[in-house]
Amino acid sequence: MSHATLVEKIWAQHRIADLGGGSALLLIDRVFLHERTGGIALQGLAAAGRAVRRPQQVFCTMDHIVDTFPGRGDATRMPGGTAFITSTRAAALEAGVNLFDINDPNQGIVHVVSAEQGITLPGLTQVCPDSHTCTLGGLGALAWGIGSTEAEHALATTTLPILRPKQMRVNFLGRLGRGVTAKDMILKLIGLHGASGGVGYAVEFAGAAVTSLPVEARLTLCNMAVEFGAWTGIIAPDDATFEYVSGRPYAPDGVLWQRAVDHWRSLASDAGAAFDREIDIQAETIAPQITWGTSPQHSISIDEPVPDPQSQPDEKRRAAMSRALAYMAVEPGRPLVGIPIDAAFIGSCTNARLSDLRAAAAILKGQRVATGIKAICVPGSSRVKQAAELEGLHQVFIDAGFEWRESGCSMCFFAGGESFGQGERVITTTNRNFENRQGPGTRSHLASPATVAASALKGQITDVRRLGRQR
Amino acid sequence: MSANTPLDQHTGVAVPLMRINIDTDAIIPSREMKRVSKEGLGEALFANWRYADVTTRRENPDFILNQDAYRQASILVAGDNFGCGSSREHAVWALKDFGIRVIVAPSFGSIFYGNCVLNGILPIRLAQSHVEALAAEIEAQPGVRFSVDLVKQQLSTPAGKLAEFDISAADKRMLVEGLDGIALTQQRDAEIVSFIAADREQRPWVYR
Repeated sequence: MSHATLVEKIWAQHRIADLGGGSALLLIDRVFLHERTGGIALQGLAAAGRAVRRPQQVFCTMDHIVDTFPGRGDATRMPGGTAFITSTRAAALEAGVNLFDINDPNQGIVHVVSAEQGITLPGLTQVCPDSHTCTLGGLGALAWGIGSTEAEHALATTTLPILRPKQMRVNFLGRLGRGVTAKDMILKLIGLHGASGGVGYAVEFAGAAVTSLPVEARLTLCNMAVEFGAWTGIIAPDDATFEYVSGRPYAPDGVLWQRAVDHWRSLASDAGAAFDREIDIQAETIAPQITWGTSPQHSISIDEPVPDPQSQPDEKRRAAMSRALAYMAVEPGRPLVGIPIDAAFIGSCTNARLSDLRAAAAILKGQRVATGIKAICVPGSSRVKQAAELEGLHQVFIDAGFEWRESGCSMCFFAGGESFGQGERVITTTNRNFENRQGPGTRSHLASPATVAASALKGQITDVRRLGRQR
Repeated sequence: MSANTPLDQHTGVAVPLMRINIDTDAIIPSREMKRVSKEGLGEALFANWRYADVTTRRENPDFILNQDAYRQASILVAGDNFGCGSSREHAVWALKDFGIRVIVAPSFGSIFYGNCVLNGILPIRLAQSHVEALAAEIEAQPGVRFSVDLVKQQLSTPAGKLAEFDISAADKRMLVEGLDGIALTQQRDAEIVSFIAADREQRPWVYR
């Protein structure tokens, strides 16, 4: 009778050799690269006279610093940015890996593309020199972010030496309330247990509120496992996963499909599996979340006041809170609702899939964003953009006063190109509210697409559940 | 992956940076990753904190690395969850180029930790109380030099503090011998080839 966790099962299936001290050499099934950190890995490999061992299992896209304005080419607003694009393209072509170039219809944000193309499959190991690779745990893959040097290792050998992580399970029990999304679930977890709460762990998300999530929302939930400090996040694949994967361009079909599904059905934690730590959260207790500070752990319910540092016993946390309050220019003891915003951003690997755009458009339909609000929507991939346009969602965004862009990581971070500006307050569907992340002095509030859309309409931070009454 | 300078023992000036959750965006802002290169990034280290004007590089005198006692620092003593956030290895390349060889913290971002080991920087995890005691010793005596013996897994200070730390055998070997990880793995090529051959039978849908 087996008592293995989901992660332990995938680990065992990929373990080539035991390296001692809890480390193992694991087989890596897929490597994904992008122009910001992947090109340098391909170049480093070539400079060392080494080849990509299995180029057909390596993929590369252009997302991080590509322009998102219509009619774009290799030129970027980021100083020196074009060199990242052209050198990555050259290295990818030379190595013979699969490339989704700027004007390829399949181009987009790496983790969005990997899921929608069926490149990620349940039970695979997948790495990318990008911290949000954990997104793909939402499909039941063991996927994690690495550095460029580790990427060279994975490219050259199809393996990586990895220290076995501890096992954590986070159970979201019960049902989510109205207006509450996967983004709110992960922000709630990080708010409760801190940005280092998951350090050293592989985190399996489970419970009725997780298994009832559509697959795209599961990707959002796993996306921010890294903001919890976790090595990665994962959700056991089920019929919804198989239905999502089925028929995608790189997914298996025919006889192989049936064999694959039979295998995938075994990928769940056994009833007696032991976890080093378990956390239970009642889904009914989760309200829409928003961050008030400069760490994802500075997350509160939208109807809750900003916490007071004086109530924090730990000196380091108190100092961080005071610093964050000053940077964000918000006051302790008062709610965020009603604070005027300057901009609203819908995009990123966290919340720019079709379901995210539909959720925002449902709120924006027939309305206009408040006067003076800079509002931008950047679809997660060129396929998402195309699908949204077929449904007419782009017209909803445009009519509401949003810019409708080409796909890329865009203003999730500031690379020297576009920024919201010094002191500007942005409500954003992205994943990091660090100081200066979206631009020097820019103040970022993380929230769900619904909360961002509602706030854009009102021109101030808004509880989406009360939008109807406020109008 | 080129081999690194072996790191078995190191003595150097220690500097405290005790904020918690220092992310890799703070260690090196994205806009400072201007060239497709691992070299010369030390100037960009902590750019948003270190410079009053990042464009002209006019220094912020309040930032600790701009104080004379710490300009030659090679041991960084930091708050919990150091190096969280983005996977950018540029954070480690910037620290290394600046001259940092050892980082002590209660915990590290996991990708950052691995990036350190692969670039010849020793990340040391110590209990919060130990880290705070080290920071206090530095603040009492700016410019103080700490010593690290990786073989013995010990960190010692002039005030007589001796901390023992854990590190995996694999990471220790990588650092002490300055190994090339790819070459090490390639020695197992026969094992890898036979594993993949068996795996192809078990999971044929994985192979393209």
